[in-house]
Amino acid sequence: MSALLALPVLLPMLGAALTVLAGRSAALQRAIGIVTLTAVAVIAAVLLVNADAGGPIVAELGGWAPPVGIALVADRLSALLLLVSTLVTLAVLVYAIDQRIVDYGRGAASTTFHPMYLMLCAGVSLAYLTGDLFTLFVAFELMLTASYVLITRRTSAIRIRASMTYVTVSLMSSLLFLTAIAMVYAATGTVNLADIAGRIDTVPPGLRTVLGLMLLVVFGIKAAIVPLHFWLPDSYPNAPGPVAALFAGLLTKVSFYALLRTQTLLFSREEPWTLMLVLAVATMLVGALGALAQNDINRLLSFLLVSHIGFMLFGLAVFDAASVSGAALYAAHHITVLATLFLVSGLITRRTGTVALDQMGGLAKVSPALAALFAIPAMTLAGLPPTAGFVAKLALLQAGVAAGPWPTVVAGVVVVASLLTLYALVRVWVRVFWGEPKPPIPDDDPDDEVIVGTARTSVPMYTATAGLVAVSLAIAVFAGPLSEVTGRAGTDLLDGGPYRSAVLGAEGER
Amino acid sequence: MITINLAMALVVAVLYSVGFYLLLQRSLMRVLIGVVVLGHGTNLLLQLVGGPPGRAPIVGEVPAGALVADPLPQALALTAVVITFALTTFLLALGYRSFVLVGHDEVQDDVEDRRIASQEVPAGGLDDPADDLAPTSEGSDK
Repeated sequence: MSALLALPVLLPMLGAALTVLAGRSAALQRAIGIVTLTAVAVIAAVLLVNADAGGPIVAELGGWAPPVGIALVADRLSALLLLVSTLVTLAVLVYAIDQRIVDYGRGAASTTFHPMYLMLCAGVSLAYLTGDLFTLFVAFELMLTASYVLITRRTSAIRIRASMTYVTVSLMSSLLFLTAIAMVYAATGTVNLADIAGRIDTVPPGLRTVLGLMLLVVFGIKAAIVPLHFWLPDSYPNAPGPVAALFAGLLTKVSFYALLRTQTLLFSREEPWTLMLVLAVATMLVGALGALAQNDINRLLSFLLVSHIGFMLFGLAVFDAASVSGAALYAAHHITVLATLFLVSGLITRRTGTVALDQMGGLAKVSPALAALFAIPAMTLAGLPPTAGFVAKLALLQAGVAAGPWPTVVAGVVVVASLLTLYALVRVWVRVFWGEPKPPIPDDDPDDEVIVGTARTSVPMYTATAGLVAVSLAIAVFAGPLSEVTGRAGTDLLDGGPYRSAVLGAEGER
Repeated sequence: MITINLAMALVVAVLYSVGFYLLLQRSLMRVLIGVVVLGHGTNLLLQLVGGPPGRAPIVGEVPAGALVADPLPQALALTAVVITFALTTFLLALGYRSFVLVGHDEVQDDVEDRRIASQEVPAGGLDDPADDLAPTSEGSDK
C-alpha cells in the first residue's frame, strides 16, 4: 500500500516528461494527460478507502526512516482532498483540451500547456501527501512555478500586468515560508511535521506563537485570507478560462489544507482561536461585499472565492473535532464548486464576448443548458438545501453554535455572508440569463484566450462542466458517509496521535 | 535551541529590510533585485540555523568528539538557491516581455479595481436600476 503513495506525485511528473517528448503529437499529449490523471484519481480513491479503514498510510522515501528521511503520509483528510482535487483537475483538463481543439484545431500540440498542467498536479499531490515541512515548500514551489507559466502563456498587455502581481506576491510568500522553516528548524531541530509536533512543547510559548503566526501569514497570503487577499481578484480573472478554474479550485485550498495541517498538528489549542475568528469574519464579509461591487463576472467569482475561504477559516477557528471536520467537508465542496463556476464563466464569456455583466443578457433563451449549468453550482455555493454547500455549511454552523457565545456570533456572520453570496449570484443570474438576448461582442484580440466572442463551444466542454456539477451533486448525495469520513478526519487532526505514531513508529507517541 | 551571533543577525536583518523595500517599488527590475536580496537573506538565515561550523559529516571520516556541521540546513539552502535562481530568471523574462509588450516594466494598477474605487456613490445610495430583480428587467438602459 505504501508503494502506491508515491504514485500520485510520480505519475504526473512522468506524464509531464512524456508530454514534452510527445511534443509533436497533440493526440498523444491529450491521451497521456487524461490517462495519468485518471490513474491518479483511482489511486487516490484506493488510498482514501484504505486510510479510512486502517489509519494513516506512510511511505519512507529512499528507505530512510523518518525523522531522518522524508515521509509521505496519506490520512483521511489528505486522501479525501487528493481525490476531489484530482477529479477536478481531470475535468478541467478535458475542458481545456477541448477548448484548444475548438480554438486551434485538432493538431495543435503544445509544449508548455500539458507538461505544466501535469507538473501543477504533481505539486498539488505532493503538498497533500508530504509529511515534511520543507517538502511542503518544494511542493508549493512546484505548483506555483507551473502556475506562473500557465498564467503567462500567450501573454497580452493585460495579462502581463496581472501575472506580475501574482508572481511577485507568490514569490514573496515563498521566501517568507523559507524563513519560517528556518525558524522552526532553529527552534526544534527538525523539519518533519510529526517530529516537530513531538518537540514543539519544549519551545517557549512566545517563540511558539511567533512560529505559528509566521506560518499563518505564509499560508494566509497563499490562501488569500483578508487582509492578505489583494493579489487574488487582481490576477485570477485575467487567466485563461480553464486555468482560472484550476487555480480557483485548487491553489487556495491546498494552502488552506497546509494551514489546517500545521495549525492542528503543531499548534493545537483547547479553545476557539480568537484571532482566526476575526480573520474569518473579515474574509467572509470583505469577499462578499467586494463581489457585490463588481461588474466583471470573473472578478465577482474571485471575490466570492475569497469570501468562502472565510467559511473554512471559521471551521479552523472554532478548533474542535466537529468544526474542523466541517471545514474539511467545506474544502472538498469548495474545490469542486469554484472550479465549476469558473468553467461556466468561461462558457458564458465565449458566448457573450465580454466579461462585463452589464453588457450581457438573455442567455437563458439562447442556451438553456448553460443556464442550468450555472444555476446548480451557484445554488451550491450559496448553500441552498439540498446541495453540498448546504450540508457543509450546516456542519460548520452546528459546530460553531455548540462551541460558545463568540463562535455563535460568527456563525451568524456565516449566514449573512451566505445571503450576500446568494445576492451576488442572483445579480449575475438576472444580468446574464434574464432579459433580452444581446448580440455577442466581437473579439478585438483573437490571440487572447480570455474573451472569445463567438458561440464556438463543443459538447465535451459542456460535458466536462456537467461532470463537475455531478461531482458536486455526488457530495450532496453521499453527504452521510462523507461527513462520517471527515468527522473521523477531524478527530484525527485534533488528536494528532495516530498521525505521529504512524510516521515515527511507536516511540513517536510522546 | 541555538544562538546566532549578532553580526550575522544584523546582516540578515539588513538583507531582509533592503529586500522588502525593493519589493515595494514600481519597477519590476527593482522588484527583481529585491527578490534576489531577500532570497540571499533567507538562504543566509537557513545557513545560520544550522549552528556552528564543523567537520564534514561523513561516517568514518570524523574523529569521535569532533564538532560536525549540520548538513540538513545546507541541503535546504541548496534547494532554495536553485528555486530562487529559476524564479529570478523567470521574473527577468517576465520583465523583458512586459518591456516588449507595454514599453516599460512597471507594475501597474488594476484598471478595473481603479474604476470601481473611483465610482461615486449617488446621494440616494447604491440603487442601480439594473439590479432590479424583476424578470422583465429591461437591462438595456446601460
